[in-house]
Amino acid sequence: MTDQISQTSKAQVNLVGLTKNDYRGNPSSLCQGCGHNSISSQIIAACYELNIIPEYMIKFSGIGCSSKSPFYFLNRSFGFNGLHGRMPSLATGAMFGDISLKGIGVSGDGDTASIGMGQFKHIVRRNVPLVYIVENNGVYGLTKGQFSATADEGLELKKQGTNPYLPVDIAWEALVSHATFVARSFAGDPKQVKELIKAALSHKGIAVLDIISPCVTFNNQDNTSHSYSWGKEHEVALHDLSYVPRAEEIMVDYEDGQIKEVTMHDGSMVILKKLDRDYDPKNRAEAMRVLEESNKDCCLITGLIYINQTPPTLVELYNLPDEPLNRLTEERLRPPRETMAKVNAMMF
Amino acid sequence: MTKENTDSYPGGEKPVEPISNNFSITVASINGSGSQTSNLTLMRALFKMGIPVSGKNLFPSNIQGLPTWYTIRVNEEGHLARCETQEIIVAMNPSTFIKDMEGLVEGGVLFYDDSIKQQINRNDIHLYPMPVKEMVRDSGAPSNIRDYIANMVYVGIVAYIMGINMENIYQALEFHFKGKQEPIDLNWGMVKNAYDWAIKNLQKTDAYSVCATNKTDGYIMADGNTAAALGALYGGLQFAAWYPITPATSLAETLNEFVPVFRKDPVTGKNTCVILQAEDELAAIGMIVGAGWSGLRAMTSTSGPGLSLMVEYVGLAYFSEVPVVIWDIQRIGPSTGLPTRTSQGDLRLAYYMGHGDVKNVVLFPGSVTECFEFGWKAFDISERLQTPVIVLSDLDFGMNQWMTRPFEYPNKPMDRGKILWEEDYLKLEGKWGRYLDVDGDGIPYRTLPGNKSPNAAYFARGTGHDEYANYSEQPIDWEKNLLRLGRKIDSNVAFLPKPVIKSTSGANISIISYGSTDVAIDEALSIFRKEGLKINHLRIRSLPTAPEVKDFVRSHERNYVVELNRDGQLHQILSLEIPDSTMKLISLSHLDGLPLTAQWLVNQVIIKEEYQK
Repeated sequence: MTDQISQTSKAQVNLVGLTKNDYRGNPSSLCQGCGHNSISSQIIAACYELNIIPEYMIKFSGIGCSSKSPFYFLNRSFGFNGLHGRMPSLATGAMFGDISLKGIGVSGDGDTASIGMGQFKHIVRRNVPLVYIVENNGVYGLTKGQFSATADEGLELKKQGTNPYLPVDIAWEALVSHATFVARSFAGDPKQVKELIKAALSHKGIAVLDIISPCVTFNNQDNTSHSYSWGKEHEVALHDLSYVPRAEEIMVDYEDGQIKEVTMHDGSMVILKKLDRDYDPKNRAEAMRVLEESNKDCCLITGLIYINQTPPTLVELYNLPDEPLNRLTEERLRPPRETMAKVNAMMF
Repeated sequence: MTKENTDSYPGGEKPVEPISNNFSITVASINGSGSQTSNLTLMRALFKMGIPVSGKNLFPSNIQGLPTWYTIRVNEEGHLARCETQEIIVAMNPSTFIKDMEGLVEGGVLFYDDSIKQQINRNDIHLYPMPVKEMVRDSGAPSNIRDYIANMVYVGIVAYIMGINMENIYQALEFHFKGKQEPIDLNWGMVKNAYDWAIKNLQKTDAYSVCATNKTDGYIMADGNTAAALGALYGGLQFAAWYPITPATSLAETLNEFVPVFRKDPVTGKNTCVILQAEDELAAIGMIVGAGWSGLRAMTSTSGPGLSLMVEYVGLAYFSEVPVVIWDIQRIGPSTGLPTRTSQGDLRLAYYMGHGDVKNVVLFPGSVTECFEFGWKAFDISERLQTPVIVLSDLDFGMNQWMTRPFEYPNKPMDRGKILWEEDYLKLEGKWGRYLDVDGDGIPYRTLPGNKSPNAAYFARGTGHDEYANYSEQPIDWEKNLLRLGRKIDSNVAFLPKPVIKSTSGANISIISYGSTDVAIDEALSIFRKEGLKINHLRIRSLPTAPEVKDFVRSHERNYVVELNRDGQLHQILSLEIPDSTMKLISLSHLDGLPLTAQWLVNQVIIKEEYQK
């Protein structure tokens, strides 16, 4: 015990006095080199750097390799590993328990784009306050290498032959379902993943992150779009994205017209530095065009694809007390005794 | 014309024995024609006259056009179950006219829309033709509401012939239209015209009539879905997710209606209850499992097909020990079945819902008042035992109006079960495991999201876990946990509602039942008493089987288990849970989608008892 304390005192701490270890989870049981592990590390780093107290977070997942990963980060946060494709409904209900908590859900392409497609579209449509990460590798890992709904058309897998179907595009599905935050990233680009997670955590509604996360065991051939090497060669970032917390000054000078700032609800800012194109993430039609183009040109467009901070979140629609619902006591939940006669009089 | 018809009744030659406050009126009409308002008006007026009354709607799965029947039974002794005899018919539907007429008892009464051109081939019934079309035309009512007020014609005419008080009709209309003067006046005008017409043009020849009494004092009229919804709101419901399905829809709609009335936070004036229409039942159950896990009193309401979709999440909730309440307003299945007919066919599914070793707590309300009571009680049980509780109501309760005792305010404080907040957690000095059986009752302590104590958090999951909620594939962890889960419910049945037993001294046979059949059984018991047959009755109110039920079964030579399903599902469960008394359990199953009648039950028991001799 004393050893532990002396160790922590030496380690670097963030503004809330916690070390990075305080954000870790159990050791991962996923494959060495799995993209999901890299994403877990970035979730840990983002939360540490954002000074979020882990007890103020709540995590969810469905079923599959991706859905195991919440066990590998934020051990001090409550979490619920639900059913295949049905993490969205679980999270929707759970987020009402204490609306001051930040939610993060991790799903995969098997979990979200097949059985989970309906619930995915509906959690997006309802603008539930949740960071929804899809660790997208185009393949079923836990059942050993079957095609998922996001697998490339023409993909060849050992025991499955050739995939005859066109893939589902998660970012596109999110966008057409009126998502208020849509991003795509690549596990091989950890800095961007981290900055996007920070931005997503500062978004008040649903934030969908479609992260290409290679499966090193079953779908990492160089010529397929979910592999490390393909991603590295074909990634086209829409912008160079950095997250600036509230109350921190923007230190770097940019030339005029080179940056776009997006102010988040909590006062933080997302700085988008222009790369080859002038991209406005607040334009939904433009977002759709870019995704369409990316599919046509066979490149991996990454970055903040779309953001709309106007629509209310699901929770905001209900006019709830600021205090957590799950701490309200009987006096506030059970109508007073004198109302009983009124109820009976309302019958006939 | 009219008079000639009625005068021709052969019964006119002998004096008619008057029958007061003991008959049923069936209104045969076309679905979607708006007859429900008229039927409810008649029923409520009778109730206000102090006469025990029930109304049962036999309706098709259709919005408009198919035949529908509404039966109002009045019975001074308070027997209000469905009845197999038809004393009075109000025939508004040409397509069922002949069959409706043929079904009348001898000496029965036929009110009919005189525009129906069908041959009346019975001379042993009393006829009252009604000039519905003419009266509607003469009323000058706007064309869009003519169909609706057409039904008020029979209200006025039936009221005159049967002797229903017009003031009580007016009261019923006021209630139905929530005091809105325009529709009240419009409908009342038609009722009054029809009544006045009847005074001038009809002469009463039949035997049936009503007479005001005081037998409804101390009762209200309500339906089971309204009662359940209100009960849940008094139980501190905080989160309900639902998906539309007949016959459960009105439960959730009632929640929506009453949350703004009764569930404003006294401190902040804000809402303390969230009602959410989900995209389907898969999502509805997922949402309430999430909400229940996060510490909210959560429920859903559904019917058989929806319950089928909820199986996997209920299994997860059982295993991860999440309290949720599911109201199943049963209709007859399998499959789409008959969506507008009643049943008790979901018992087996509810009890064993989930793959692997699952056994759920099931509650059976036996009256509308009990729907209210179980509405709040279900949360106490579910949170105490940290497990799903399924409440089995049915269409008959859910969608029909019942005369019932007023709802009673919960007689005990909420039982939130074993929850640890920050201050409780400190007292444990770190000795906490989410699935650790500290008290030896199989019920562990739970923490809720938002608890800021370090180490209070845990990862809930459907995979194997040890007492500290860590992932585990150890055989011993699995076995220990599953055995504890079994013990958690089986050894805590004392928290569940006990059976209700009605004893007759010297009886060695019994009837065992549950749910909405209680009224028919009560009536049957009174018939048995008159016939000198001694029979005890036990109404089960919860599963797993309580020790009182086991003792009761063992102490009778024969127990007739009465239920509305093919396989005798409760009979099967009792046979499994009281294996030493299997031979003492006899199944009586009623399977046509209609509510039980006393006549059916009496016949069945008599046949079976004859066989014993």
